[in-house]
Amino acid sequence: MEELNSKNVQNEAADTEAPLDKNLRLMSPTRMVVRRFFRSKLSIVGLIMVVGLFIFSFFGPLIYDKWGETQLDESGKIVYTVDETTYTVDGVEYTVKQVKETWQKDNSFAPSSSEHLLGTDTQGYDIFVRLMYGGRISLTVSFIAVFVITLLGTVLGGIAGYFGGIIDNIIMRICDILICLPGIPILLIISTILSASDIDKKYIIYLLMIYLTLFSWPGTARLVRGQILSLREQEYMVAAEAMGYSTPRKIFKHLVPNVMPQLIVQMSLSLGSMILYEATLSYLGLGVQPPYAAWGTMIEIISKDMDVMQNYLNIWVPAGVCIVIAVLGFNFVGDGLRDALDPKARR
Amino acid sequence: MDENKTVNNIPDDDIILEVRNLRKSFPLKKTITGKVTSELVAVDNVSFKLKRGETLGIVGESGCGKTTMGRTILKLHEPTGGQVLFNGKDITKLKPSQMREIRKKMQIIFQDPYSSLPPRSTVGGILSEPVQVHSIVPKDQIKSYVLELMEKCGLRDYYYERYPHEFSGGQRQRICIARALSVKPELVVCDEPVSALDVSIQAQIINLLKGLQKDLNLTYLFISHDLSVVKFISDKIGVMYLGSIVEYGSKEDIFANPLHPYTKALFSAIPYPDPDVKMQRIVLKGDIPSPANPPKGCRFHTRCPYAKPICSEVTPEYKEYENGHFASCHLLEGE
Repeated sequence: MEELNSKNVQNEAADTEAPLDKNLRLMSPTRMVVRRFFRSKLSIVGLIMVVGLFIFSFFGPLIYDKWGETQLDESGKIVYTVDETTYTVDGVEYTVKQVKETWQKDNSFAPSSSEHLLGTDTQGYDIFVRLMYGGRISLTVSFIAVFVITLLGTVLGGIAGYFGGIIDNIIMRICDILICLPGIPILLIISTILSASDIDKKYIIYLLMIYLTLFSWPGTARLVRGQILSLREQEYMVAAEAMGYSTPRKIFKHLVPNVMPQLIVQMSLSLGSMILYEATLSYLGLGVQPPYAAWGTMIEIISKDMDVMQNYLNIWVPAGVCIVIAVLGFNFVGDGLRDALDPKARR
Repeated sequence: MDENKTVNNIPDDDIILEVRNLRKSFPLKKTITGKVTSELVAVDNVSFKLKRGETLGIVGESGCGKTTMGRTILKLHEPTGGQVLFNGKDITKLKPSQMREIRKKMQIIFQDPYSSLPPRSTVGGILSEPVQVHSIVPKDQIKSYVLELMEKCGLRDYYYERYPHEFSGGQRQRICIARALSVKPELVVCDEPVSALDVSIQAQIINLLKGLQKDLNLTYLFISHDLSVVKFISDKIGVMYLGSIVEYGSKEDIFANPLHPYTKALFSAIPYPDPDVKMQRIVLKGDIPSPANPPKGCRFHTRCPYAKPICSEVTPEYKEYENGHFASCHLLEGE
């Protein structure tokens, strides 16, 4: 091949066809996606929310280390309570006010101050600091869960879509069965079993989320399978076959990269729902257990004490706001990515 | 006639591709036990030999099985019957792993240059992947090899970093050609490589293919429905109708003396660029019958203007009527 010379053919051909301008640098698909993503205001807002929460949760505790996650404020204080008793003697009403002075060991129910930015909760933990640590747990757990879901879904969906036939049938029927199972009741049973065993309470949430992923991968698997079924028939896949590429190369180098756009969108959207799941579990008392903090656990306090819900908004509202920001942020980013990755939706 | 003799006297080892009674059918209906009750025969009993360095043009209407035949020869469809001998070796029984080794010797260029390139890799990536997988050149020489190949195919070196969507159809087809040639193949199946392109680009691509054939001693199986293109590029021509080759011979023989009525009708449809010449068209009536339910006897008898009673009863034999000129028709046997 080397010593051959076909210059005349090539020159004649190349000159008649208008060549691309050498200086006109067209963008790669990835760069075009990034550009379209940043064109939408909503996705920028979403990105700021998500990145902000990350910085808050993961770098916050390094900077603001006045209080620890499980550190009680034991400064103590005198709490005054007033008892009123009313007597009626000869038609005259007397009210006796009795002021009780009690010494409280922990500085609980503190209002926000420079000492505690958002005050302390019913136990005397610093709410602002626990918000940061809670974010760590919520974000880490959801990322692990989404990662495992995507991995399982991609591998199993990819195999089902690529090979088809009996393998496809088996995997898809397993998906159908898993989708039919009610998630929350089974999680309740599993968490009961887990809390009866001697596993460290800190790790229960991770185990629960792994169980959750085992129930959640069918959605991703169906998505990947559907995409691969349509991509498999594309002519460039026939070309890959004609090139003699191995099956793993065809699946993971030629098919999966073309499913990535849909996968990324699915991942960012399910991150939001995983945070909600984690919060739900913690709220039901199944997830992260006190004294460790999670956003759901911090809200759970109100289910035990109506007084807190009415009078101490600083204890539970910030955690709720964090959950809303996280879920909204991930959904905005997901929506933005979906629009950016869809070449037909050029605006 | 002299040329035909030399063709017939070539030694066997110069035959790069021999197809014997190739058959490909697709099941339409299956019983629960998996037994096929009705099938579509896309390629039926096709046989031919292809000499190294030559071009065999396959012509025929849409849906007559040209593309399926090309892909079955490359084992992109599993053949239902018959043999494909590549360099004297039967490839129909090879396992996928053994087939992968042979694939680099036989390549394909597709009709549609838009869907046959992966959208998410650069031109450089598309061209260097096969080189790397089949270790055509040492790792450190891959880039220079690919650039050289691109130059040969009329692609500029700065296209290396570009993506397929940035190119026009003609340039994409050049990329496809470069990809097919990157593994140094011996046989290239060109599956209507120019029919998706406009006429001026068609000429460039055909010239490129011809030039590359001369340089690299390639053998082409050129599938097309465009007779003028086939006439220009081919040495041999096979005419397909409803899955079978009805006439086969050298280009000169077939154009000078078409034997089969279908070939005659086909050639009468070639436009002649002179308004004063009155064209004597043989207009075929009706559509091509469904390959799922082919007519009995000669498959062409439903549309043949010269059909005799025997045509609808007995399948005509595929025979050599002149030197190296094969056809299957009852009308010829009577002569």
